[in-house]
Amino acid sequence: MFADYSTSELMSIFAMQGFAGLILFSVFVLMALGLAIIFGQMGVINMAHGEFMILGAYITYLTSNVFADYMPALFGSYFFVAMILAFIAAGALGMLVEWAMIRHLYHRPLDTLLATWGLSLILQQLYRTIFGAREVGVSLPDWLMGSIQLTDIVEVPINGIFVMTLAIGISVGIAALMYKSRWGIQVRSVVQNRPMAGAVGINTAKVDRLTFGLGCGIAGVAGSAFTMIGSTGPTSGQLYIVDTFLVVVFGGATSLLGTIASAFTISQAQSTMEFFLSGSMAKVLTLLFVVFILMLRPQGLFSLKMRK
Amino acid sequence: MSYEGLRSLLPKSDLLGFAVLALLLVVVLPLSLDIFRLNLIGKYLTYAFVALGLVLCWGYGGILSLGQGVFFGLGGYAMAMFLKLEASSPENTAIQSTPGIPDFMDWNQLTELPWFWEPFHSLGFTILAIVLVPSIFAYIIGVAMFKRRVGGVYFAIITQAVAAILTILIIGQQGYTGGVNGITDLRTLKGWDIRTDEAKYVFYFLCVFMLFVCLLIAQFVRKSKLGRLLVAMREMEDRVRFSGYDVSNFKIFVFCLGSAFAAIGGAMFTLQVGFMSPTFVGIVPSIEMVIFCAVGGRLSILGAVYGTLVVNWAKTTFSESFPELWLFAMGALFIAVVMAFPNGLAGLYNKYAAPHIEKLLGKVTGKSNNAKATVGTQGVAHERQ
Repeated sequence: MFADYSTSELMSIFAMQGFAGLILFSVFVLMALGLAIIFGQMGVINMAHGEFMILGAYITYLTSNVFADYMPALFGSYFFVAMILAFIAAGALGMLVEWAMIRHLYHRPLDTLLATWGLSLILQQLYRTIFGAREVGVSLPDWLMGSIQLTDIVEVPINGIFVMTLAIGISVGIAALMYKSRWGIQVRSVVQNRPMAGAVGINTAKVDRLTFGLGCGIAGVAGSAFTMIGSTGPTSGQLYIVDTFLVVVFGGATSLLGTIASAFTISQAQSTMEFFLSGSMAKVLTLLFVVFILMLRPQGLFSLKMRK
Repeated sequence: MSYEGLRSLLPKSDLLGFAVLALLLVVVLPLSLDIFRLNLIGKYLTYAFVALGLVLCWGYGGILSLGQGVFFGLGGYAMAMFLKLEASSPENTAIQSTPGIPDFMDWNQLTELPWFWEPFHSLGFTILAIVLVPSIFAYIIGVAMFKRRVGGVYFAIITQAVAAILTILIIGQQGYTGGVNGITDLRTLKGWDIRTDEAKYVFYFLCVFMLFVCLLIAQFVRKSKLGRLLVAMREMEDRVRFSGYDVSNFKIFVFCLGSAFAAIGGAMFTLQVGFMSPTFVGIVPSIEMVIFCAVGGRLSILGAVYGTLVVNWAKTTFSESFPELWLFAMGALFIAVVMAFPNGLAGLYNKYAAPHIEKLLGKVTGKSNNAKATVGTQGVAHERQ
């Protein structure tokens, strides 16, 4: 399949597809980070994660409309406001869900899966009722439009670079929060030994709620970033949920670094193959590859050594 | 099997349940419903095969597969391929550029039948394939996962990914599989028109018969030592392992059995509904089948049938009159069944109805019984990771 292209063309193709893969990577990372915190740290399967992401996307859409109608002068900066609002909205909803539902199911992980699937159905229908079944898109501010021409063939879109920067920034922020802050220490100790963490005076219920809220909040930000590169419909979240779970499991659920590494591998594999094969075959091969690796190494790429 | 064997397989309380279900499906429903509604019930019953498999895998074995749609689909597609080949005889397809191949292949510029379609000219092979292909596939997945002690949540996610892969593959390979429309326009089975009312009655009763065969197999598994081992594994896997059992083999067996049930359901679906498409394979239908099982009661094999019927009946009624509300209702059902009624309809029955019925039965037969003591002792215990 490479024979039809010259070497320099191949290099450009790989560069272009590699960059497209990096955008996919950013979306995966943003979605998977929230999921990795919830699944990896708390052992809860949140099938409604995609819907939390879409909540962020809709909040961004609303904010952009408000800015366009009332503050056109500030339109260039609406995205940052939207991102914060998306984080707060998704995080608050996440904490509410944790309080009403998840906390009763911590010892039954398979049941959280079913309950959150029910939640995702409800949210999807809610979005459909409120925003309509059609997909909505935001208009980008001027400074995010256009692309940078690197060589004759290779050009990179600015919104892609922005989303990528965002993904890297948030990953660094989460890593700092988990491994440097006091709260991060509390989260990790609750994960490793719940009764002992409780015994030394950590309010485990509160830590759980905040962790779940944080994971959902990051999903909201992911949704916000998602509007930069695609349009949003009520069921957009479901398209990504299986991929994202595979990313998290493939990376080794408890490791943030593993999540990022696996998001990179999967997105690059898929994007590069997409150019040479049809989109569906690229996806099938990528998923098969991941499932195959998981069969060989069920604990994922990077895993925490822990005594069970 | 001897009379004693039968007695131990179907003790009186279970026999009553089987008899009531048989009465309902064989006598009451066919007499009270027109053929359109009965055909619909038959369609629902095909999902009950899947729910039944899930009771064994999930309720008893503690293995939640979110990819049962894969097996349902494999069984259904195998049947559909046979029927499609019969419907695309050279005479029927004379207007195509290549007569004798299914119409969607012709539309996709295929000029000969792909090799894996060839054996489906034979009905015998098709019937074998309906059961064997999904079982072998389940065996491969099972060996790969359970031998490496992958279970619980990981197994659920990976089976879900398998469902996603198969759906994308079917939709993507339009020329070989009929793509997103699936395999449609099925006409005859060995020259016998399957679209008449008469055929629909025959298939309904065939479906009920097969369902009872599967129910009896499930009952046998439940009552056997295997059933007790499955429960023991679900509760404390390590202890069973330390007792000298190879845990993974039991899991593989029950997973294969569940997938074979699902495949039979899929084949019955194709026969009764007259087509098969990837909408019954993917993630959403697979997880819906779990909810049928959960609503019926994950520990009750008869509950699986009732759960499937109730949820699907509600779905049809709701989406006919309030399509908007259905997803809300379905979502609420998921949450409610997990949070409030983990044992589903069967749990409610055992708690509220069974004691009264036992009492009534006791009066009728004039014997005191102590069956009450056994009611409600089985409950959903917490899963252990």
